Amino acid sequence: MSDPPPIRILLAKLGFDGHDRGLKVIARTLRDAGFEVIYLGLRQTAGSVVIAAEQEDVAVIGISMHNGGHLTLGPMMVRAVADAGLEIPVVIGGIVPAEDVPTLREHGIFAVLGPGTALETVVATIHAAAATHDGMVG
Amino acid sequence: MSRDDALDALLTDARHGSRRALGRLLSVAERGGDAASALDRRMLDAPPPLWTVGIVGAPGVGKSTLTARLVAAAADGPTGPVPRVAVIAVDPSSPLTGGAILGDRIRMQGVGSRPEVFVRSMAHRGDDGGLARAVPIAIRVLGSVGVATVIVETVGVGQIELEIIHVADTVIAAMSPGWGDAIQAAKAGLLEVADLFAVNKADRPGVADAVRDLEQMLDAGLARGSGDGRAWRPPVLPTVATDGTGIDGLWSAAEAHREWLVATGGLQRVRDERIRHEIGRRAKDLLAGRIDARTAELDLATARQTPGQWAALVAADVCAHADAPGTSAA
Repeated sequence: MSDPPPIRILLAKLGFDGHDRGLKVIARTLRDAGFEVIYLGLRQTAGSVVIAAEQEDVAVIGISMHNGGHLTLGPMMVRAVADAGLEIPVVIGGIVPAEDVPTLREHGIFAVLGPGTALETVVATIHAAAATHDGMVG
Repeated sequence: MSRDDALDALLTDARHGSRRALGRLLSVAERGGDAASALDRRMLDAPPPLWTVGIVGAPGVGKSTLTARLVAAAADGPTGPVPRVAVIAVDPSSPLTGGAILGDRIRMQGVGSRPEVFVRSMAHRGDDGGLARAVPIAIRVLGSVGVATVIVETVGVGQIELEIIHVADTVIAAMSPGWGDAIQAAKAGLLEVADLFAVNKADRPGVADAVRDLEQMLDAGLARGSGDGRAWRPPVLPTVATDGTGIDGLWSAAEAHREWLVATGGLQRVRDERIRHEIGRRAKDLLAGRIDARTAELDLATARQTPGQWAALVAADVCAHADAPGTSAA
């Protein structure tokens, strides 16, 4: 009973973006690292992600982006989380040019995991993100 | 804020419709330990959900899609701030890492975002009974905040399917045509616990055979009595979850089962049995650690005894020290 419960993370893709292979690899990697991964899959909206994050009580929201929409959808996701009164860090993975990373960070994205990120780095980043999430009751 | 105050605040918020608070409470239930015990004590005087429905079936028969359709059927009706219907979708945890991929929401995209619906994915977290240990408390929490109907969806075979009867008033088994031998294999388990059968993917060949096979097995004496002689014969209903065919009929039949339970006094009986089952299970949990510890201490060289004789010794020792530390209320 005293073991810390598994960390819950939500993984999704936003909008019109069908490239989910990378996200599936991440889902398996995180499962193998002991996370409980709530996999929402394709064609989500910022609103549907927020609803799921509330119901599932996740510590981290992971968004995969392969359609060049990250500068619009990334900040939109962070805003939707904040508007709902949630304090859940948002991590973006996928195809994000390096020069866009500072902009996303300024908009409150916790971290950006671009192409070639080592899976160990992914796990460490999600752990770091989860550590910023407010804790459990009791 | 103290833990008790925090729990009370979350319960108040959840009863006013906060999804976030309800999500938090379910995490408390899942985590177990003292906080979950404190939460559960608050459930003693709270109403249970009006109805708990279990949906079981092997992977790939369309269970999640079927569940999504039934949720939509259950969600129609007057709506307050609290969701009318909640889904607990249980998936297995990895026995090696404790991690899990919970993918049932993929099939619930349409209904999962409706304000009348609350969906929670649960990993079974290594529970040896198959169903996530937190499910009974989670159902009580959902009922206490005003959720009318709770639908529990479980994946898998054998134990998991059988455990569902200890949380659900009405159990729906999902199957698909072409199971053939698999139906045979399931005879001893699934056919005895289900109150209704949905033969899903009924747009595929073989549905008539599957329905007939099931009907024959049910007629072979599996219908259960109600205590006063009015037996419930599980109906077999073809469905196509992907386009909604047969869903209304399935839901109506499930409602008829609930009415039968109420009319025959069976609802109270299954709920009493359920509490006894949970008590027994948790009592075994409390003793299990001490049995393991005592077993590890045994010096097997001191006597030539069978494993059964050793086990009797261990059980006697543990029972003789039943008030030992480490058994505080969980």
